[in-house]
Amino acid sequence: MTVLFDGIASGLLLFLISVGLSVTLGLMNFVNLAHGAFAMLGGYVCVILLNRYGVPFLATLPIAMIVSALAGVVLERTLYRRLYGAPHLDQVLFSIGLVFMSISTANYFFGDHQQPLHLPPMLSGQFHLAGADIGAYRLFLIVVGLALAGGLQWLVAGTKFGASLRAAVDNPRIARGLGIDVDRVFVITFALGTALAALGGALGIEMLGLDPEFPITYIVYFLIVVAVGGSGNIKGSLIASLILGICDVEGKYYVPQIGAFVIYLVMVVTLIFRPQGLFGRSAAK
Amino acid sequence: MNLKKCLAALALAVTLTGGATAAEPVKVGLVLALTGPFGAYGKQIEHGVELYLKTNGDTFGGRKVQLVIKDDSPGTAGDVSKRLAQELVVQDKVDILAGFTLTPSAFAVAPIATEAKKPMVVMNAATSAITTKSPYVIRTSMTLPQNTAPMASWAAKNGIKKVFILVADYGPGYDAEGQFKKTFEAAGGQIVGDVRAPVKNPDYGPFLERIKDSKPDAVFLFLPPGAGTIAFMKGFEERGLAKAGIKMIATGDLTDEEILDSIGDVALGMITSFHYSEAHKSPENAAYTAAYYKAYPNDRPDFMSVAGYDGMHLIAAVLNKTHGSTDADAFVAAAKGMKWVSPRGPISIDPDTRDIVQDIYIRKVEKVGGELQNVEFDHVTAVKDPGKQ
Amino acid sequence: MTGPAFGAGKLRDAPRWHPAEYAFWILPIGAYFVFPDNLALLAQIAIAALFAISLDLILGYAGIVSLGHAAFFGIGAYAAGLLAQAGWGDPILGLACATLAAAATGFITSFLVLRGADLTRLMVTLGVASMLYVSANKLTDITGGLDGLQGVEMKPVLGRFAFDLYSKTAYIYCTVVLFVMFWIARRIAHSPFGLSLQGIRQNAARMPALGTPVNARLVTVYTLGAAYAGIAGALLTQTTQFVSIDVFSFSRSAEVLLILVLGGIGSLYGAILGAIVFMTVHEYLSGIDPLYWQFWLGLLLIVVVLFARGGIMGFLRSTSKVLP
Repeated sequence: MTVLFDGIASGLLLFLISVGLSVTLGLMNFVNLAHGAFAMLGGYVCVILLNRYGVPFLATLPIAMIVSALAGVVLERTLYRRLYGAPHLDQVLFSIGLVFMSISTANYFFGDHQQPLHLPPMLSGQFHLAGADIGAYRLFLIVVGLALAGGLQWLVAGTKFGASLRAAVDNPRIARGLGIDVDRVFVITFALGTALAALGGALGIEMLGLDPEFPITYIVYFLIVVAVGGSGNIKGSLIASLILGICDVEGKYYVPQIGAFVIYLVMVVTLIFRPQGLFGRSAAK
Repeated sequence: MNLKKCLAALALAVTLTGGATAAEPVKVGLVLALTGPFGAYGKQIEHGVELYLKTNGDTFGGRKVQLVIKDDSPGTAGDVSKRLAQELVVQDKVDILAGFTLTPSAFAVAPIATEAKKPMVVMNAATSAITTKSPYVIRTSMTLPQNTAPMASWAAKNGIKKVFILVADYGPGYDAEGQFKKTFEAAGGQIVGDVRAPVKNPDYGPFLERIKDSKPDAVFLFLPPGAGTIAFMKGFEERGLAKAGIKMIATGDLTDEEILDSIGDVALGMITSFHYSEAHKSPENAAYTAAYYKAYPNDRPDFMSVAGYDGMHLIAAVLNKTHGSTDADAFVAAAKGMKWVSPRGPISIDPDTRDIVQDIYIRKVEKVGGELQNVEFDHVTAVKDPGKQ
Repeated sequence: MTGPAFGAGKLRDAPRWHPAEYAFWILPIGAYFVFPDNLALLAQIAIAALFAISLDLILGYAGIVSLGHAAFFGIGAYAAGLLAQAGWGDPILGLACATLAAAATGFITSFLVLRGADLTRLMVTLGVASMLYVSANKLTDITGGLDGLQGVEMKPVLGRFAFDLYSKTAYIYCTVVLFVMFWIARRIAHSPFGLSLQGIRQNAARMPALGTPVNARLVTVYTLGAAYAGIAGALLTQTTQFVSIDVFSFSRSAEVLLILVLGGIGSLYGAILGAIVFMTVHEYLSGIDPLYWQFWLGLLLIVVVLFARGGIMGFLRSTSKVLP
């Protein structure tokens, strides 16, 4: 039972970081391999505030999100938008270049070792419930993850902005024709995606660690979530993340010999049968 | 008057000719990973080598030592290391090859040492078989089995009957696993679980749960130093394994001074076996650590720097013994059986295997003067590499 | 329209060798005499060039974006290594074996790669290379794992030219293989098959109207690209007498992509130029500014993508009247 609980927590953390990537890929058709760099940015902001300035952990989270959103907006306006219609290869290369620069910058300012993180006592430790050992931090992650998933779903399905977002994803030209400022939708969505990545990055330090290589180490996981869940899809990302998180953790517990294989296997199998992902739209560009 | 002039002229002549032949510097080519994922290791080794030259001068056997350093980052690409070693021999015309942060680079370069007839001083790479790859390889660092076996014997002798082994899924992990199992079972111990975790593994949750469920007396670890260790130890504390009385035992790779501070207090109480600790009490080590902090105030001296230091000492001592000759066969013959007191303790070069023989200490992580240190409380004398026996 | 294309008017002349090409291929001969101490590096450049050509075949001509091309490089490297370890150290035999192994792997995985859109392809290529890396690591008893395969001993090339410390044999061997494979690739590129690939890259939906079996062509070129990569991998093993699971690493896949983009996609020569420039600069710069090599590389990549999309070849074409 504990292992299942851990798998869910792991899945929700993955969801938090990857959902932004799924939305930007589905919306702007932009393969952004630098998504992990925004998560890393959020992580470093959190750690600096916590360790150097004594800001309480929970308070660092919104600040990390805002900083990352700002960075996202600036980069989007200056660089990303030049490549919106460009071939995916160009986008891949561009974002890899961005990743390299972010890694060396992080290395320069913070050194190449792991950043230490000390959680507030309220979020540490374990307690026993219903036959499972519930980790306080993992419980916190699950709560936050579900709340955000719910919030995002409401945003997309229940608000006017969400409607414009869905319209812009389905058909940007017609959306523009209806008077929707697609450009603005893009910027806001990108900012939201990077803010969520930053939140995920900060929340993930406890479980994933934080060092300059973070963007490269984990980008594969995020891409797998998007590929399996289908891009542009919040529900898809959630379900894919949960499946991957649970399979990964359970796999490591029951069959540790194939531990690292499991997520790649899940991905390849999914893509064989549904190349567009579980919930993606077929014949995407 | 005439005699004096004659003698003076003679003395001058001797000095001049002696000076002319001794003027050729000895070029030592260092192949180290100075950047990339293992850059921190290579830098430590480089520091050790340079520190030796700083504190002991650079002239031995009448010749000056010159370092030529090449970065074989990432350190795992043997083809890069081999090419750099070739360049050192062919372009820079080095007399001695040294360094070798990781095993692949040592394996790849050994054939060059044999073909070009150059002595090869290994200052880190820890796989047993390395010294067998060329008759000119001499090692001043350690081997993984050499550090692992004493941990197993100590555990068996100190009330630890059931051990769960958790190692990372790569070469060094397998070596540690194999040696520990061999020695522990031979001493009457029982292995209750043996799992290999993926090398890049952010969260040890499922593994820790498995360990908890099998209720061992101790868990023997070998994980990549750094991120893996921190993640494991945090989880160990958090999931109550420490409270359940399970001990953590490992080789000192995991509590390397270089990373000890970033692991933090969760490491307290961890028992390790290793050949060097900054807290080792000896006059040689006191002098070494003082000199190290003076030269590199932002780093802590660790086992890799000591291996570099001792490697340079070996080169210096051999040069003194051979009066400056760097002929590979003479070098190796002079190195065999050499004994000296290193900052780590007494060490020697095994004449049969050309590998290092040294004392292995059992230590515990404790806070000393506000800093985390590996405090030695037991040791095994003159351990030879069990990997070759 | 994606990527650079040959000007339509020049299509007729393209199969013939341009004088600049003859001039170019004299350079490796000269290099042998001008840089006798650097032959080890030059041999590695030749290998990198061949690897980049293999990627150019699938990316530049067929438009398949792969982040896992090292999979085939690694298969070829291990095929040659294991064969030599088993005692069959003849280099040419090793090349043949590597070609078969890599081509077979390419053929089998091509079916996965053809399904779905760009992102799916990216993930599948990445996934395949990752799984090979993990498998090779698991099978450390066979592959030697991270430490490397032991006992790779090469017999002399053609029975006469032994691999030496100065890498003379290695250099000549690699350069000759590079030239032969390049010549074959060039012929293929200018053949009807090659032209149909360009058509597929530019507009796959329309090609069936011309009677082109799109999937069959893509499978063929992917297999070909895999075979070329395998040969490059085998050359690496044979010239260094060493192979470890590092050959499957992501950094190898990323590096070859970088080299190709730098040199210019779709022209074969771009692959070679990219290899020369990248490896040379890496060799001399990483010593001076090690940590920040990655930073400048990232910046260079961004600049190339935004402003110099054609890479070195694109730059040469636009500034020089000599090249087509």
